[in-house]
Amino acid sequence: MAAPSTTDFSVRPSGRASAFWQRLRSGDDIAYVITLTCAMTILAITALLVFELFRNSAVPRHQFGWSFLITSTWDPVAGQFGALPFIYGTVITSALALFMAIPLGVGAAIFLAELAPAKISNALTFLIELLAAVPSVIFGLLGIFVLVPALVAIEPAIRAVLGWTPLFSGPFYGVSVFSAGVVLTVMIIPFIISISREVILAVPTEQREGALALGATKWETTWDVVIPFAKKGIMGSIFLALARSLGETMAVTMVIGNEPKIHSSLFAPGYSIAAVIANEFSEATGELYLGSLIELGLVLFGLTIIINGLARVLVLTTTKKGTS
Amino acid sequence: MLSFRRKAVNAIMLSLTGVCTILAVGTLLFILGYLFFHGGTSLTINFFTKLPTPVGEAGGGMANALLGSAKLLLLASCIGIPIGFLGGVYLAEFGGSSFSFVVRYTTDLLNGVPSIVIGIFAYTLIVLPQGHFSTLSGGLALGVMMIPIAIRSSEDFLRAVPVSLREGAMALGASKAKTILTVVIPAAKAGLLTGIMLNLARVAGETAPLIFTAFGNRYWSPGWEQPTAALPVMIYTYAISPYPDWKQQAWSAGFVLLMLVLTVNIFARMILTKRGSTAR
Repeated sequence: MAAPSTTDFSVRPSGRASAFWQRLRSGDDIAYVITLTCAMTILAITALLVFELFRNSAVPRHQFGWSFLITSTWDPVAGQFGALPFIYGTVITSALALFMAIPLGVGAAIFLAELAPAKISNALTFLIELLAAVPSVIFGLLGIFVLVPALVAIEPAIRAVLGWTPLFSGPFYGVSVFSAGVVLTVMIIPFIISISREVILAVPTEQREGALALGATKWETTWDVVIPFAKKGIMGSIFLALARSLGETMAVTMVIGNEPKIHSSLFAPGYSIAAVIANEFSEATGELYLGSLIELGLVLFGLTIIINGLARVLVLTTTKKGTS
Repeated sequence: MLSFRRKAVNAIMLSLTGVCTILAVGTLLFILGYLFFHGGTSLTINFFTKLPTPVGEAGGGMANALLGSAKLLLLASCIGIPIGFLGGVYLAEFGGSSFSFVVRYTTDLLNGVPSIVIGIFAYTLIVLPQGHFSTLSGGLALGVMMIPIAIRSSEDFLRAVPVSLREGAMALGASKAKTILTVVIPAAKAGLLTGIMLNLARVAGETAPLIFTAFGNRYWSPGWEQPTAALPVMIYTYAISPYPDWKQQAWSAGFVLLMLVLTVNIFARMILTKRGSTAR
């Protein structure tokens, strides 16, 4: 029906061509072409995304070269742009978040998969997955008005225990790398819990029974048999959480303090790649300034692509191992 | 006989995992409770019907931001859902080759791109050439974010339709296109719609890509060419403002946004689990 009638005469003689038109009439080829086009659009959009980021960051790339990544002056007025403070801020907040989220998340996953009765486990997992749906700006809101005052209140206690390390020295104003790390922890925990729980649940029961039969306690079974079996999948969940925390923008922007300097103390304010883009992008003037921010976007893109790729490989290898 | 030490380790570690769970679930309940207490109590009808007032003037609402968000979501749906859905149909019904693998891999890749980078993308495509912020660019940013989720969820739900249904339709002489259109898609309808709802709920809370595309606006934004307010961006600007009045409004807006997102999520998940259990 979609085929123009004028072409009908020209195709009638050839058997192959008439078969083609017939299939086109029945709609199969139309459906195939339309859906294929949409599938290819994904590739086109991704390619265009990379191209646009690359093209629009040409000015700073030519001017600064690789030194963009390792210099730490960020001075829009003087036209000096170095990405190091932001890269440091992004990496250190994510590392801090992982440091806190891994034990909590894996612990909760063990409880949900190994100890809790199925009904309670499902209900709690449902709640935890809802936590993952909470928009990032809401976490930021709570970060500013609840977490920061709370951290200021308990700061003397933290300092009393850990104050001897350079990590917790210097004045504390509430907004800091540490606060950003805590907010990120809350945001990535749901990912670690829900994926790790799935992976642990997929460990064959025989493995547990074998260990228990040998006289191991429940904990020993879990820690020495189940967790090693599920290790790769848990690693995958951690990498996915890491990729998410690297790109996290709003919540971090609202509590990190937004100061483009590298401090050894976690109590000092910092800045992250995503935060500087969010704060300065709409006000950036000039090709160099805007280009530098876009190049930061490119750096962030590269970082998350690598981490995501690793995560996929890890999750893929475990699921394959689980099925075979 | 178990040694005392092993028993103690067992008990301590297992209870610690319980503590971890309580902490994680407690955080969610705390967030809900706090927003309910702080935002829900100050929510008035003005919030839904009035424009923002100038600083210092009491009252006012975020009607323009609600409409702005709705417009952005509409635009995003027009871009994200058709491409995502049809791409999903390709993967589920026509795929199977190495090209499908490439598409799936790219989809995952695009899904992992931070939302702020998608914002830059929309900026370079629309805002930079046009020279001004617009609803259009914000919609494009959210639309691009919707595509990968739409593709994967539609593929999953279409694949869940039993092969026997397809074979039945084919055996009756229906073409493949007709089978997909009249048998497979209707069978997967509930799942597909739920997937769309979840997708919308996710992008509805996105702030980062809108800051320098839709930008924000304190008034109504007619048409598609002007900057527009959006609920999440409004929460952000009001939260970091120095005015107590605005901060209070940020809480109300946060409450509305969270309720919207959670309601959709709870309903969608309930529908999905119900269907999942009947299928088995």
